[in-house]
Amino acid sequence: MIKAVMMMNTQGKPRLAKFYDFLPVEKQQELIRSVFSVLSSRPENVSNFLEIDSLFGPDSRLVYKHYATLYFVLVFDGSENELAMLDLIQVLVETLDKCFSNVCELDIVFNYSKMHTVLDEIVFGGQVLETRSDEIMKAVEEISKLEAASNSISLVPKSVSGWRGGR
Amino acid sequence: MEQLKTIGRELAMGSQGGFGQSKEFLDLVKSIGEARSKAEEDRIVLSEIDILKRKLLEPDIPKRKMKEYIIRLVYIEMLGHDASFGYIHAVKMTHDDNLLLKRTGYLAVTLFLNEDHDLIILIVNTIQKDLRSDNYLVVCAALNAICRLINEETIPAVLPQVVDLLNHQKEAVRKKAIMALHRFHRKSPSSVSHLISNFRKRLCDNDPGVMGATLCPLFDLISEDVASYKDLVSSFVSILKQVTERRLPKSYDYHQMPAPFIQIKLLKIMALLGSGDKSASEIMYMVLGDLFRKCDSSTNIGNAILYECIRCISCIIPSPKLLEAAADAISKFLKSDSHNLKYMGIDGLGRLIKISPDIAEQHQLAVIDCLEDPDDTLKRKTFELLYKMTKSSNVEVIVDRMIDYMISINDNHYKTEIASRCVELAEQFAPSNQWFIQIMNKVFEHAGDLVNIKVAHNLMRLIAEGFGEDDDDADSKLRLSAVESYLQIISEPKLPSLFLQVISWVLGEYGTADGKYSASYISGKLCDVADAYSSDETVKGYAVSALMKIYAFEIASGRKVDVLPECQSLIEELLASHSTDLQQRAYELQALLALDARAVESILPLDASCEDIEVDKDLSFLNGYIQQAIESGAQPYISERERSGMLETTDYHSQDHHEVPPHALRFEAYERPKPSSVPTQASTELVPVPEPSYYSEAHQPISTSSVSERESSEIKLRLDGVKQKWGRPSYQSSTSASSTPPQAENGTSSHPDVGVGSSSLKPRSSYESKKPEIDPEKQRLAASLFGGSSSSRSDRKSSSGGHKPAKGTASKPPKENPIPVQPPPDLLDFGEPTATSVTATDPFKELEGLMDSSSQDGGSTDVMGLYSDAAPVTTTTSVDSLLSELSDSSKGNPGTYQSQTSKGPNSKEALEKDALVRQMGVNPTSQNPTLFKDLLG
Repeated sequence: MIKAVMMMNTQGKPRLAKFYDFLPVEKQQELIRSVFSVLSSRPENVSNFLEIDSLFGPDSRLVYKHYATLYFVLVFDGSENELAMLDLIQVLVETLDKCFSNVCELDIVFNYSKMHTVLDEIVFGGQVLETRSDEIMKAVEEISKLEAASNSISLVPKSVSGWRGGR
Repeated sequence: MEQLKTIGRELAMGSQGGFGQSKEFLDLVKSIGEARSKAEEDRIVLSEIDILKRKLLEPDIPKRKMKEYIIRLVYIEMLGHDASFGYIHAVKMTHDDNLLLKRTGYLAVTLFLNEDHDLIILIVNTIQKDLRSDNYLVVCAALNAICRLINEETIPAVLPQVVDLLNHQKEAVRKKAIMALHRFHRKSPSSVSHLISNFRKRLCDNDPGVMGATLCPLFDLISEDVASYKDLVSSFVSILKQVTERRLPKSYDYHQMPAPFIQIKLLKIMALLGSGDKSASEIMYMVLGDLFRKCDSSTNIGNAILYECIRCISCIIPSPKLLEAAADAISKFLKSDSHNLKYMGIDGLGRLIKISPDIAEQHQLAVIDCLEDPDDTLKRKTFELLYKMTKSSNVEVIVDRMIDYMISINDNHYKTEIASRCVELAEQFAPSNQWFIQIMNKVFEHAGDLVNIKVAHNLMRLIAEGFGEDDDDADSKLRLSAVESYLQIISEPKLPSLFLQVISWVLGEYGTADGKYSASYISGKLCDVADAYSSDETVKGYAVSALMKIYAFEIASGRKVDVLPECQSLIEELLASHSTDLQQRAYELQALLALDARAVESILPLDASCEDIEVDKDLSFLNGYIQQAIESGAQPYISERERSGMLETTDYHSQDHHEVPPHALRFEAYERPKPSSVPTQASTELVPVPEPSYYSEAHQPISTSSVSERESSEIKLRLDGVKQKWGRPSYQSSTSASSTPPQAENGTSSHPDVGVGSSSLKPRSSYESKKPEIDPEKQRLAASLFGGSSSSRSDRKSSSGGHKPAKGTASKPPKENPIPVQPPPDLLDFGEPTATSVTATDPFKELEGLMDSSSQDGGSTDVMGLYSDAAPVTTTTSVDSLLSELSDSSKGNPGTYQSQTSKGPNSKEALEKDALVRQMGVNPTSQNPTLFKDLLG
């Protein structure tokens, strides 16, 4: 199971953090900080894996990838494959790249909710849900189309097919 | 520039009503991005919190604005500040009909709230409603929220709807419903235990994505209960086979690999199912072999699958051929330049070494390279491997390396782990007690405060009991060497407390035993310890007790005792100590000094720490006195149980049970003294003054040793006749008697300057000093790590000085000559000819079963039963025939859902079962590659 997805920049500022088991905010911050301090002390050209029992409990591993100014970090347990997780980061980045055409840190900062939409299509409740970036893109686009539509509809009340009105 | 571009893009999107935010938010993000310090960032965020608090109080906030506020709240919380003041607004937003707002609301609450939060109750109703929505995106959003927000109590509220969604027409919804159900299972297995069959059913979903999602819960279920899923082995194998044969739609390819994530999950499941199960394993041989052949090792994901195959093979009962393939894959990993692959290779080696211990030998140089690698992760993994392959022939080299590494790192968590591993290996494989003591000293010196206290007690016990044989000479040598090493170490600054306790105890017990060191010398050292660590009362207590023992031995042997002035001042200081324990020890010491030799000898006999002390717990010797007292009108004793919170007796007993007498102040109130508690009072009156001191002091080591005996299942010394774990014939048995290990012999032959005593240090020091000519050294290290069992081999090596280092293969033959390699029993087991013949035939038959209905003889499982009535499959699979296949399978085996392996078209019943088929979905593992297009397109 995937325990957490994090993105942080090379200065240690969190850009996105999602923990699949609830943790209080302070604990999340502490983890992000300690993960960053470990990552930033890693030399270049070493493996992308870390065993971080001390932070996330026994049998937890971490895979990270460094893109330009961002670290992409996945934390998971023994039921996942390290190399595959590395590719999952690749999937995420590829998808973001398609989303924002040449994704950079600022895209991620400013499109906070879209980032979560994309991530939710890939990882669902801590399990890998979808790894085809085309499919992810399709789903995300469909959501944004419908969101845009419902946005305009909300001004002119008109029921979309089967839309359940009222609270 | 880039920034401007992005902001421009952002504003453009904002005007379209997309994911845009207002200028305010952009400014916020920007100013936080430019903040130079954490303090500045905090200031910005705090003022933002103020702004938001104010704005959220305004009446009639437009929804668009509200949405942005909520995103800002989420952002604030990601930066580590409390945004709880706005949670309720996020909850409210989930109620909105507008999808954009609803999704934002859900996103915020999933990030803000945990499943036990009070506000959840306000969301459950909305979730229920949304799960029923006709808009599948709303359903998806609700399912997403469920995963995070539903706890054990609220599961029943949404469970029926989630189960309904398993049959939703959209595969995206089905997929998420399965995941949600999986999540429920994780949170509260009992709540969904009746629904587990749904997972099996969904395995036959006509969408491969849904099938892939089902593997996640199945993996969990199978790891909990392997036995009840054995019937699915052939199903999983055939799914995997079809995936590798590219029967899935092309869109599932990732970097030219067909559905690699599904393959990996399947391999993980197969590893579970095949573990310890020969027949299940045999079914897997074929497909695993194919995978090894087909896997593209040039891509990362291809290697991920290869690694998973290795893992699977190390779990199941493998065939020799597969083992070979796995070994090949590992050697490819290890030879790679990528650190990631090396890491996987080392990991794989660690797994495979349990099955075939010889495999590591071909990779010895690669392993040593990894040990020297700057990558810490790789290094640790390699240490893990070394830990797994330790045996008595290489324990010295490995433990030395581990200790060197332990000294070099700062991470306390890992330091503790590696220290405990050193201790464990040393206890299990130590070639001699001397070596063991040396290693323990190093561990204590460098990680003393991280070691379990039992390790210290074990060490004391070892020194006290010696070899356990009646070899007093060897015992005293051992003690002398311990004393010598401690006297050397003792003056070093800042030793860990635990280590000082051991040192003090040993010095007190054996410091003067040999006559080599004078009492004043040892007592001076002990005073120094008490002085240098004056804040550590435990150490002081140990030191004073040690002093007492030394003086007692002196008095008993009739020598005149000169109490050193510093010792005298120490005693005086402690007499006024705040710690009653220290005070008592000091008084006892003072009293002891005034006694004559005979009394002292009976109080503290020489080397009696291992003698059993007979404690008359009933205090029967007091019976007469009690009788007398009662007769003269005293109240009879009321047993402990009849009183409440009795302290006199519990306190008394606690000395029996606690490892160390309590040193801290007690905070509980003492029981008021009662005249009835005659026995305890009587004991202090009757027994001469030194008696309690004798009791508490001399008894202490005994009690600790008895404690450690009790814990012996956890940490245990097994020094004599240790059998090695794997591979080479027993080595320990021949050397257990001699204190000099063969390693040292090797060392002295090649490095005459290195003494036998420091033999354990040799490989490292020589290694480091001669780094330039790395190969021969590495070779030597490799030899000592991997095959140092035959001394003839290393002799040969050292004589052939500058000989070009032979690689693993070259060094192998002479190594194997002296000792015929015996394959471990596991290997012999599956090396049986019958096993291989079954291997060859069985998977084929099964595959044949998929292609046409050749007769199935092994109809033991349900799946086989399905095959037997299978008819030939036409290559042009129409939807009709597929449906009929399924209907047939559902007829043949309604309870279990192995329909993906059944191929029998029994078209008569096709129509009747149409509805059922629709429910079950269509077999994703069919022969026809265009199946999915047909069904989905």
